[in-house]
Amino acid sequence: MTAAMLAEAWLAMGANRLRTLLTMLGMVIGVGAVILMLAIGQGTQRQVEASIASMGSNLFIVLSGSTTSGGLRMGSGATPTLTLTDAQAIEELPAVAAVAPSSPGTAQLVYGSNNWSTQVYGTTPAYLAVRDWKLAAGFPFTDSDLRSATRVALLGKTVVDNLFGGEDPVGKTIRIKNSPYVVLGTLAPKGQSLDGRDQDDTVIIPVTTAQRKLFGTQFAGTVRFIMVQAESGEAMPAVEKSMNELLRQRHRIREGTDNDFSVRNLTALANTAAETAQVMSLMLGAIASISLLVGGIGIMNIMLVSVTERTREIGIRMAIGARGEDILLQFLLEAIIISVIGCLIGVGLGVGGALLVSTLSGMAVVITVTSILLAFAVAAAIGIFFGWYPARKAAAMKPIDALRYQ
Amino acid sequence: MAELADAVIRIEHLFKEYATDAGPVPVLKDVSVSVASGEFVAVMGPSGSGKSTFMNILGCLDVATTGRYLLDGKDAGTLDGDELARLRNQVIGFVFQGFNLLPRATLEDNVALPLIYRGTPRGERLARAHEMLDKVGLGAYYRSRPNQISGGQQQRVAIARALVTRPRLILADEPTGNLDTATGREIMALFTELNRQDGITIVLVTHEPDIAGHAQRLVRLADGRVIYDGLVEHAQAHHLEKTL
Ligand SMILES: Nc1ncnc2c1ncn2[C@@H]1O[C@H](COP(=O)(O)OP(=O)(O)OP(=O)(O)O)[C@@H](O)[C@H]1O
Ligand SMILES: [Mg+2]
Repeated sequence: MTAAMLAEAWLAMGANRLRTLLTMLGMVIGVGAVILMLAIGQGTQRQVEASIASMGSNLFIVLSGSTTSGGLRMGSGATPTLTLTDAQAIEELPAVAAVAPSSPGTAQLVYGSNNWSTQVYGTTPAYLAVRDWKLAAGFPFTDSDLRSATRVALLGKTVVDNLFGGEDPVGKTIRIKNSPYVVLGTLAPKGQSLDGRDQDDTVIIPVTTAQRKLFGTQFAGTVRFIMVQAESGEAMPAVEKSMNELLRQRHRIREGTDNDFSVRNLTALANTAAETAQVMSLMLGAIASISLLVGGIGIMNIMLVSVTERTREIGIRMAIGARGEDILLQFLLEAIIISVIGCLIGVGLGVGGALLVSTLSGMAVVITVTSILLAFAVAAAIGIFFGWYPARKAAAMKPIDALRYQ
Repeated sequence: MAELADAVIRIEHLFKEYATDAGPVPVLKDVSVSVASGEFVAVMGPSGSGKSTFMNILGCLDVATTGRYLLDGKDAGTLDGDELARLRNQVIGFVFQGFNLLPRATLEDNVALPLIYRGTPRGERLARAHEMLDKVGLGAYYRSRPNQISGGQQQRVAIARALVTRPRLILADEPTGNLDTATGREIMALFTELNRQDGITIVLVTHEPDIAGHAQRLVRLADGRVIYDGLVEHAQAHHLEKTL
């Protein structure tokens, strides 16, 4: 019975091929758009999540600066007001897991005939723990390197690639601003940061070396920022509060005066970014869904026309014994076939489009089985929903009226 | 006329009104007719006298305003849409003036169509369609389409379609109306054969006395009433009476 109905529906669709194809096109575009947009949205979301995971967890960054000098308020980090001893004091606070003071700067690196300009971070061994950063090869520097301000370095993957090509950098000596540094190890790749920077384009050296030998500074012992890791997410508000109190006290800031430092909750910022990405993803999906809806309305429109055109045929079928539900099923099947075939083609185009976008623009795309199954379910639902009314209309006709229809 | 116990059709005091903008229009006014199994009845009457209305009610395509209609012993007035559809599918075969074939389907698919609605498997459907097409002399045209054959052939296909469900009753509303005299006569020969050899009850509307002559019994309608119900042979005299 249903097989015969399917064959009949197929025949009816073939009778007006161009119209069937155009109706299908609405579904194709709708489903294609949904698949593509979901792929892009989820890709972005996944990328943001990866960046967040690569950042380290439960993180604060304490920036120095924001002082007022002669009526001018300087931006964060403009004047180095934080010191290594500030960092040590923060480490003593309850619920603080690790603290890594940092002095970044840009420097030219040379190895053999290659040179590369990159961000050099002077920091402490704790930095790797705070950022949850593993070594790909070699060893980290130690507290004794810190005390004696030795010229040692850990290289990020991008730096290794640009300076060494295929060579193993561990144990080699590179020159940073013309001074020799021994490469102790290389860092595992981390990929992009939330703001799109390449986190692997970096060199890490002891903070003391950076202060005394590489960048120099007019304020001895100061750092640009301190990264602080709390023991848990729940402890973060308490840590933030006690850090603020501690630093105000240490910097002798009077009641009612602005801080000469600022504390930022990186984890909260990251969560906001993740939420933004999620909202973006949902919005893309929602916009694409509108085209799917339009495709569905297209099906309904054509089915209504088709029911009117075929009124006489409906009458003939009823005269020879078709029940209302047979007629209903016939038109419903047509609508479902159109939407499901349209959906199949749409999935193909959407997936192809997503792959094209990712190869052309390097954008991350994620195509999940769930999104494809979802598209199918929605297409079938649209076929049933928008096919229902016209099919119902056909089935409800009185045999004699349908037969007499001119 | 018909033996009541064996009646395929039994109509008692049937009235039919059409609702129009200008109010209800009475079309059938107190029609009572019974048709026994195996009868061949011709229905005649002037245009607008209600012949098609009468046939549509017989065929369960339309319902009477008041009155009783028993088809094969079942009171059509008490049946719902699905049960009426089943009667149309299993008891009645329709033949229309305009053939009413599906233009896009092949002849075999057209003939097999009623069987779809009783769930017959495709192989059997086609076998029976072929059998019926052979019977009406169109064995060479299984896969042709309606627009590729003549009107007389199309009406034969329609008859094959009406026969494919092996109905007890065939209702034909001016089946020869669109055909020339010779072709009409061939179609009538086919009906006569179905009636005589297969014992199928036939009710047939026509305008032509020549066509009505193939039947045994004549029902003549005028202005929604039965003005004659008797043997065809006697009708000629009756007709003469009327015109005098
Ligand atoms: N759906 C309808 N609505 C209103 N009036 C109708 C309808 N169908 C038929 N009629 C009227 O009922 C009357 C009988 O119509 P019917 O078709 O039964 O006549 P007929 O005897 O078959 O005529 P013909 O020989 O021309 O086919 C006509 O006057 C017609 O105008
Ligand atoms: Mg008529």
